[in-house]
Amino acid sequence: MRIHSSISTINKKNLKCLSQNGLFLLVLKILCGIKIDIKYKDNFIERNSIMDVVLLSRIQFALTIGFHFLFPPISIGLAWMLVIIESIGYKNKDEVYVILGKFFSKILALTFAVGVATGIVMEFQFGTNWAGYSKFVGDIFGAPLAAEGVFAFFLESGFLGLYLFGRNKVSKNVHLFSIYMVAIGSTISAFWIIVAVSWMQTPAGYIIANGKAQLTNFWAAVFNPSTVIRFLHTVDAALITGAFMVAGISSYLILKGKESDIAKKSMKIAVIFGLIVSLLELFPFGHESGREVAQEQPAKFAAIQGLYSTQTGAPMAVFAVPVMPPPELKAKVEVPRLLSWLAFGDFNAKVLGIDQFKKEDLPPLFITFVSYHNMVVLGMLFILLTLVGTYYLWKKKLWDNKFLLRIFVWAIPFPVIACELGWIAAEVGRQPWIVYNIMRTKDAASASVPAGDVIFSIILFALIYLFIGSLYLYIFVKEVKHGPEGNLAKEELK
Amino acid sequence: MDLNITWFLLVGVLIMGYAILDGFDLGVGVLSLFVKDDKEKRIYMNSIGPVWDGNEVWLLTGGGALFAAFPIVYATVFSGFYIAFMLLLASLIFRAVSFEFRNKVASEQWKKLWDTLFGIGSLLPSILFGVAFGNILRGLPIDNQGQYLGSFLGLLNPYSIIVGLLSLALFALHGAIYLTLKTDEIIRNKILSLLNKIWIIFTLIYAVASFYTFFEAPFLFNEILNNLLFWISFIIMLGSLILIPVFINSRQYFKAFISSSLLIATMIGLAAISLFPRLVPSNLNLDYSLTIYNASSSQLTLKTMLIIALIGMPIVIAYTIFIYRVFKGKVELNKESY
Ligand code: HDD
Ligand code: HEM
Ligand code: HEM
Repeated sequence: MRIHSSISTINKKNLKCLSQNGLFLLVLKILCGIKIDIKYKDNFIERNSIMDVVLLSRIQFALTIGFHFLFPPISIGLAWMLVIIESIGYKNKDEVYVILGKFFSKILALTFAVGVATGIVMEFQFGTNWAGYSKFVGDIFGAPLAAEGVFAFFLESGFLGLYLFGRNKVSKNVHLFSIYMVAIGSTISAFWIIVAVSWMQTPAGYIIANGKAQLTNFWAAVFNPSTVIRFLHTVDAALITGAFMVAGISSYLILKGKESDIAKKSMKIAVIFGLIVSLLELFPFGHESGREVAQEQPAKFAAIQGLYSTQTGAPMAVFAVPVMPPPELKAKVEVPRLLSWLAFGDFNAKVLGIDQFKKEDLPPLFITFVSYHNMVVLGMLFILLTLVGTYYLWKKKLWDNKFLLRIFVWAIPFPVIACELGWIAAEVGRQPWIVYNIMRTKDAASASVPAGDVIFSIILFALIYLFIGSLYLYIFVKEVKHGPEGNLAKEELK
Repeated sequence: MDLNITWFLLVGVLIMGYAILDGFDLGVGVLSLFVKDDKEKRIYMNSIGPVWDGNEVWLLTGGGALFAAFPIVYATVFSGFYIAFMLLLASLIFRAVSFEFRNKVASEQWKKLWDTLFGIGSLLPSILFGVAFGNILRGLPIDNQGQYLGSFLGLLNPYSIIVGLLSLALFALHGAIYLTLKTDEIIRNKILSLLNKIWIIFTLIYAVASFYTFFEAPFLFNEILNNLLFWISFIIMLGSLILIPVFINSRQYFKAFISSSLLIATMIGLAAISLFPRLVPSNLNLDYSLTIYNASSSQLTLKTMLIIALIGMPIVIAYTIFIYRVFKGKVELNKESY
């Protein structure tokens, strides 16, 4: 056997004691003095079951991207909120908006830093953990990642520095320009990474040659069937996140009577802007996402909708508890025929249920159903909240409605949760494929990485993220409690 | 010149850009480990505050470009260096957040914690980059299927550790020179005395490492000794190394900084020239090496990427220069500083 014979030429001692069992076991062994049975398997490639590595790498990927994606929606959303705030201040030459800008830019800087720190991990993880995948799709998948660097990361990071530290060093025009560039840069970043992920969901513009995906049409790959709608849906989700962030923080300041004159201005912007973007998220973006999935990924559609048998005039489950096995929806509330209309614009259209698919081609049913439905519920809640908020604003009674203001404070994390749920529905719903209908996730992991190493890195990142996540929350709360450096601070100085 | 060679050059340029730009801010981080005074530490941090993130993007873009142009190298090397990479990423995480976190809590211990993490988060990457480079220069255990067969401890061989120390000394030198541009008389004088020592240490390690390379990776020298480009780079490199103390002593700090940048660029250039056309030599059998032809993407992808680079990079370079000019000159601490 080829592979086997080549091992004997390299340092066998080295191999034997370590690589097959990984650094992690070694560390454990040293630390605890436990005698761990290190078995030397003859065939190098089978030194650990590739299945373990796949499962572990999936856990690691879900952990790191799940943590990373807590921050980008806040960054993108806040950057656009700051664009609005700074633009108004610039146009009206109003000092109040400068104070607001300075205040919210501290939150942006904090969020951005953690977003960057966790993003670096993502950029390299395809190589470290998904070498099989990277070799298979490198011809297509690397380009959007590189483009993200060239067109987006440089822009946002460079101009964020200018925006945060340059207020007194550059002209007002350049300073305003810099926050525009941060917002545009982070949105371009979202675009290119979504190109990458959308290509995995609905691949296009390629052929399979020599056991690899090969690019045939760049623009077809970039604008594959799900790119545009996924981009709009995700960026709008980020705008919702930004609006609720500003609304919640402003509500807090109003409730505490801290610089409330200033906070009322940002509250007004946030509620009205929030209403617009929340409505857009349901229609057209949410609706169009659903249609896209129904057409491109019917198995995922059946799973997220909980449609277990193929039907014409299929009903939409608004609420239900999925029970397994056999797959079944309990305690369900349904709207008849709505699903058929939603998916195909026809109340009598036939929608495929999960009974149409082979078991090995189906995603996990419970998690996809639950995450999708909770995202939608949260989406409805955002519309309701901002609608009520706008109504009270219009009636000029919002500032006295302590109850509503308090809800806005508690709602700060909800859009972030909705974003996570949306991604889980989309990504878990894509399983068992890593590239839809082309490559299975189980074939994608790194063959040369031992399971122990992956366990090591999972523990490493879990600990780091726990630490950094708690500090982020702590400092976030501290900054908010400190409030803007507004009139109060100025009075004190005098 | 075909597209594969072009991309070999471009990835090389991205690595040089990264090493020159992030090199000085990693170096500043390493040197901050030796500073006790709080205000001085803040000056160190703020000297790179507005620019370090942009510098790090060179690494990210280099990674992305490597993935796009030479996916096999990206997959093989990154999965092969798994544990080393995870340590690198962990360091970079701590380093990145330490700027924002450090000044947010008024407690001495808190500041100490983040100063230490910032320092170590700069030290470890400075060494690991060199270790990775050293391993690639001496070749990796890659079989005829392009499969990596090594282990983590295998990466820690004496040669690569020396290259790791070399890159540490190089970044420290570069960072110290950068700091002379950003600090006032008092702090600068402290840095200058350190700078001379670092220069000597660097030169010594460099001599050892070059000598060692002859024995460790003789194949690198097979063809280049009669390559003119090699000798030109070599002379520029020696010249810039010698010019550093000359410029420093005549107080021409900016010129010294240009010299150390050239030093970095030519060192990477020399490595690239001796590797070419290989990207990662195999030490099992040189014929198994990953080269710019057997590890590359299709011509269409290389072409598309070239267009992206040609459109994007000039704009990037233009505004990067603009931003550096805004922040040029000595660091002044104010309310907005870290
Ligand atoms: C550019 C690529 C890309 C992007 C932008 C995302 N993902 Fe993803 N995701 C992957 C590429 C990927 C992957 C590498 O392909 C994984 C690993 C295994 C797999 O099948 O897909 C994956 C798996 C994966 C899993 C585990 C699914 C499973 O194994 O059952 C979760 C929970 C997420 N992702 C969540 C997210 C979140 C919260 C994202 C928000 C940013 C996200 N993904 C963006
Ligand atoms: C698996 C996929 C992903 C990878 C490989 C990735 C990679 C990265 C990297 C390397 C950074 C640091 C950039 C810097 O230093 O400035 C980053 C930050 C960022 N990413 Fe991601 N990312 C992923 C998913 C996403 C998604 C899906 C979005 C948007 C919808 C996104 C949006 C951003 C933004 C806006 C930033 C800037 C920092 C921040 O906002 O906190 N990323 N990402
Ligand atoms: C209000 C009704 C909503 C509907 C009908 C809806 C529909 C969908 C659908 C069908 C998907 C899966 C797309 C795919 O797998 O390709 C999805 C994904 C997603 N949703 Fe929603 N959504 C809604 C609200 C929201 C809200 C309020 C947020 C966040 C604030 C959100 C954030 C996301 C995200 C981040 C994704 C993953 C990216 C993507 O695939 O587009 N969604 N949504």
